[in-house]
Order: sequence, then structure tokens, then C-alpha cells
Amino acid sequence: MIGNIVKKEFKELFTISTLLPIVFVALVFGFVGQMIGSVGESMQEKPVIGVVDMDGGDFSDTAMSVLIERAEVIYNGSDAEEGLRKVREDNGVALLVIPENFSQKIYANQPGEIEIYWIMRGAGMMDSISSGVVEWLIQAANQEISRKLIQQDSSVDPALVLNPTTRIETTFFKGKEIQGLSPSVLGGMLGSQSTVIPVVVMMLIILAGVSVISSMGLEKENKTLETLLTLPVRRSHIVIGKIVGSALVGMIMAIIYMLGFSRYMSSFQISDVNLADFGLALGMQDYLLVGISLFVALLAGLSLCIVLGTFAKNYRSAQALIFPITALAMISAFIIMFKDFDTIPVVLRVFLFAIPFSHPMMAMRALMLDNYSLVIGGIAYAAVFTAAMIAVAVRIFNSDRLLTGSVRKRAALGKLVWGFRR
Amino acid sequence: MKAVEVRELVKDYGSFRAIKGISFDVKAGEIFGLIGPNGAGKTTVLRTIATLLQITSGSITVFGYELPKEAGAVRKIISYLPEEAGAYRNLTGKEYLNFIAKFFGEGEKSQNMVRRGLEIANLGERINDKVDTYSKGMTRRLLVGRALMIDPRLAILDEPTSGLDVINAQEVRRIINSSVEAGATVLLSSHNMLEVEFLCHRIALMDDGRIVASGTAAELKEEYDARNIEEAFVKAIK
Ligand SMILES: Nc1ncnc2c1ncn2[C@@H]1O[C@H](COP(=O)(O)OP(=O)(O)OP(=O)(O)O)[C@@H](O)[C@H]1O
Ligand SMILES: [Mg+2]
Repeated sequence: MIGNIVKKEFKELFTISTLLPIVFVALVFGFVGQMIGSVGESMQEKPVIGVVDMDGGDFSDTAMSVLIERAEVIYNGSDAEEGLRKVREDNGVALLVIPENFSQKIYANQPGEIEIYWIMRGAGMMDSISSGVVEWLIQAANQEISRKLIQQDSSVDPALVLNPTTRIETTFFKGKEIQGLSPSVLGGMLGSQSTVIPVVVMMLIILAGVSVISSMGLEKENKTLETLLTLPVRRSHIVIGKIVGSALVGMIMAIIYMLGFSRYMSSFQISDVNLADFGLALGMQDYLLVGISLFVALLAGLSLCIVLGTFAKNYRSAQALIFPITALAMISAFIIMFKDFDTIPVVLRVFLFAIPFSHPMMAMRALMLDNYSLVIGGIAYAAVFTAAMIAVAVRIFNSDRLLTGSVRKRAALGKLVWGFRR
Repeated sequence: MKAVEVRELVKDYGSFRAIKGISFDVKAGEIFGLIGPNGAGKTTVLRTIATLLQITSGSITVFGYELPKEAGAVRKIISYLPEEAGAYRNLTGKEYLNFIAKFFGEGEKSQNMVRRGLEIANLGERINDKVDTYSKGMTRRLLVGRALMIDPRLAILDEPTSGLDVINAQEVRRIINSSVEAGATVLLSSHNMLEVEFLCHRIALMDDGRIVASGTAAELKEEYDARNIEEAFVKAIK
């Protein structure tokens, strides 16, 4: 008896529509795992740097030998300008300049200065890995210098031994020159943008998407669709009405979600650096653009959901149809968290751009760096995408498919009944 | 003027031909009934006239408006009651009537429609309950009210009394009649032969996607030498 019930339950529940979600989520995590896997590789790779030694003294020699041994040095000369150009060209991480009086200063019991010119390419979690390796190299050079100091004179000032050098850092990040911050600090500051925003946008798209697809499923399940379609109202108005209604519901849900999530995230926030000091703050106009980007992306997502929703037979099948949307939203959120748009391979970049709701996830960071073309291009793309999807939805609303479903199966059934009666 | 003109209508579902070339007219001001066995194609014909399905071939005009070109104009003057229909479950009966009325008029006009709808639905206090809590027959009455309250020039009713008890069915028939007296035209389908015989001015008998006979009840009975429509029906499709 129990076996019979178990068998029936299993058959009911173990369907494509219940498996698909799990498979999608598994794929997304596999994808992310693969990206993280390649982090390990880039940790082991030698970082690409340029060096300029203006000092030529004992301690700069020590530092140099450490750097040359453990990094791939693509420029070793005396012209900082030239070196920086070379590093930029060859996808290097940084140019390290040891000024003239470096060794002299250390002999005079003062820490020597190292000038670091960072070339930062992205602000995703994985973009600052190579700069981290360079920072670690400088640590190693420091140790060598300390050892040398102690060897030469065991009564040396302990404070100097602990910190034989100081850094003067400049980070070049997408046309901006930011004084006094290393890529990892900068990455941390932009960190909340790289995690909170993609997650919130993702949730917004999913929640609003669920409500619009469910509304299509419910129209069919409750048998209200047929009546609706004979009322004197344009198909496009039905489609747009559903989209706007769900957008409102989604917004409310997302706000509730965001309140909780931002409290959660703020507990990890440590840096209290003011972004405005570095020319990274957003103006009114920028926030307006972010808002527009979010709104248009939401419409684009929902118009895609409406098209998917036309496949819904009832409430339950509607729930499964949301999964392509969920997967796309999750993938774009994950990519953006880990990598910047500019640092991912071209194929992935095209893919990311094509997902209309990836744009608000990237908008804020892009605007901080004055990358208006990406944001405005994204808004234009999402608007065109929305218009195209609404047109497709209206076409479907005008066709038989909404009411007759998959015609082929039913037709076969019709034939069967017909044949049976004859 | 003819309310509905159907000429050589063919309707395919994929490769299955459900309607195999039928022609008929509905005159303005009459009640026209489609009868026929399950799967004959009644619902398909009604849905096609109600602008829901595309025409495979042939033509349909409703009060001179041609489908599918002038579907928008047709939707303004028709009212369709699907054979199996529901209302939005989170609305109350009254809210549902309000929702529908707003598509057909504003202010006073829509208020009058709702008032008429409430009268036809005749659900008493229950009209303020959510549709979710209605029985099958109550929902049907609400939907009949919805379909007839807007004073459509053509009401297309697919089995209007299905699921209703004898008393309620009779009441709905009375309402259909009074709508027609007020100037409406009605095209309906039914499995209830008594209903068809007493309600409809003219009848078309469908079988397997074709019209096999049509005329007044008296004409059909005479043609098949039958005592009532039920007998004529059985003889016709044999
Ligand atoms: N969506 C569909 N897809 C394929 N075939 C369909 C579809 N709807 C109806 N049919 C077929 O078309 C034929 C006519 O169906 P229709 O619903 O019009 O019959 P009907 O006369 O209204 O029957 P009933 O009295 O049972 O309501 C049937 O053979 C049916 O199987
Ligand atoms: Mg039917």
C-alpha cells in the first residue's frame, strides 16, 4: 500500500520541471567554481611588473634581486614614463620605482620610499588577485632588506627593521589617477557595489518575474484568460498592464529584501574611506541613470517573462518557467561580483551585455569611473529588448497558442477521439 | 442586418481539421442555437466568432465588421461566455463586475452595468465575498451576469446553463430572453434539448465539424419526422 503511494508521489514530483531548477543551479555553481579554480592558477603565476631603479645602492639591489627573481619583469630601466607605458601595454600589474636616495635614507635610519604605480583593470573580487601577489612580493623584499640590516649592524633601530620601506601609491583605474590607494583597498571600497547591487537586482528580477509568469499561469488555471481576450482592450495594453503590475509587486518585495540584506552586508563593511575624496562619488545625474537602468532592465526582464509565461499551463508549470530567468540573473550577478566587465573574455562580455538585467548590476561601478557609454548603451539595449519582447508577446496573444497550447498534442488527441467515434 | 455571417469556415488545430467548411447566418434580434455531440466543433465555432481563434479559411463578419481585420471593433459589441470560465479569485463578485464594466464605460454608465450585473447574478450578500468561496453554480451566475450586463449587441454563450440547477437555469433563460427583447442578439450552444427547443428561434445541428441540419425547431422535427428535437438530433447524426 505504502509502496503504491510512494510510487505515485515519485512520479508526480520527479518531473522535468522539478529537476530543471536543480540542474540549472548546479550548472551555475559549477561555472563559478571553475572561475574560482582559475584564481589558484593566477596566484601561482608570476606577476608582470616593470621596475625602475634610480638608486643603485645596496638596499635597492637587494629589493631588485627579490623582484627580478619572483616576478616577470618586462621593463628594467631608468625612465618611469617609458616603464609605465610598457607595463600598460603588456598587461602588467604595476611599475615599481625606487628613487635615488633609497639606500641613503635607510642608512640614515629612515624607511626608504618605494613608488608604486598600479594599473588596475577591474574592481571585481578576482581582479585584484595579481596586485595582491605584488604586495606580497614587496613584503618579501622588505624581509630581505631587514635581514641585511641586521647582518650589517645588530644594534639597528627595531622600528626600521620592522618597516624598512614605505610606499607611495598611485592607482590608474580606467582613466582615473587615484592617489594613495592600492587596488585591493580600492576593490574593497567598491566591494559593496560589487556584491549588494548585483544580488538586489537579481532578486528584483526574479521576484517580479515570478509574479508576472504566475499571473499568466493563474489566468489559465482560473480560466479567466478567455474572457480577458474578448474584452475591448488592446493586446499590447494587456501585456503592458501585466508587466507594470508585476514590476510594482516586484519592487515592493525587493525593497523589503534589500532592507534586510543591506543590514547584513553593512556588518562586513570596514572601510570608512570617503569615495568623494577620490573623485569616485556619484552625482544626482548618475543616480538618475542607475535608476533608469534598473527600471528599463526590470521591464526587459518582465517582458521576457511574459513571453515565457505564455507557455504556462497552470500555476505550477509557471513556477518552473521562471528558471531560465533565475539562471540568467544568477550567472550575471556572479560574473559581475567576481570580475569587471572589462576584464572578462570577449565572448563572456557579449553574453553579459546581451542579458538585459546585467546592466543595472554594473551601472554604479561604471558611473564611478565615468564609463557613461556602457551605461547608456545598456539602457538603450534593454529598451530595444523590451520593445521586441512586447512585440513578440502581442503576436502570441493574437495567435491561437495562448488558448490552444501545444496544438500538436491536442490535435493528435482530437484525431484519436474522432477515430474512436467513427 | 445580419448579426453574424459565417461563410465556408474552416478551422485547423495543427494538422487536425476541427471545422470542415460551414456557413450560417444569425439574424439580428434572434436567439440562434448550436447543438451537436461532444467534439462536434461548437466551442471552436463560438471561439472563432468571439475573436479568440484565427480563421484557417473562409470568412466571418459580425454586424458588418470583418474578422480578423476588425477584431477590435467586434470586441466592443460582443460579449463571450466561455463554456468553462472562472473569475479572478482574489476579487469579490462585485469587484469583478466593476473590473469588467470599466472596459465598457465610465462613471454612471459603468455603474448602471454593475447594477444590472448584480441583479442577474442574484447572489445576495455573497456578492461581497471572494470568488474563491463560490460554488460552481454561483460562479456561473456571476459570469452570466458579467456577460449580459454590458448590453452587448451580440452575446455568444457557450453552454450558458451548464452546472446550474433547474431553478437557476430557468432564471438564466428568462434573462437571456429579456436581453433579446431589449434588442440583443444571442448565439449559444447547448446540450439541453428542451432549452434549445424553447429558447432558440433557429437551430443548427453540428456533427464532426459540419452543419448537418438547420432551421426552426418545428422545421427540424418535420424534416426528421421526430416528436422532439432530441429525437431529430439522434436521427440526424446516425
Ligand atoms: N486546443 C485544441 N487543440 C487541438 N484540438 C482541439 C483543441 N480544442 C478542440 N480541439 C478538437 O476540436 C474538435 C472540436 O472541439 P470543440 O471543443 O469545438 O467541440 P464541442 O462541440 O464544443 O464539444 P463539447 O460538446 O464537448 O463542448 C474536437 O475534436 C477537439 O478534440
Ligand atoms: Mg464545447
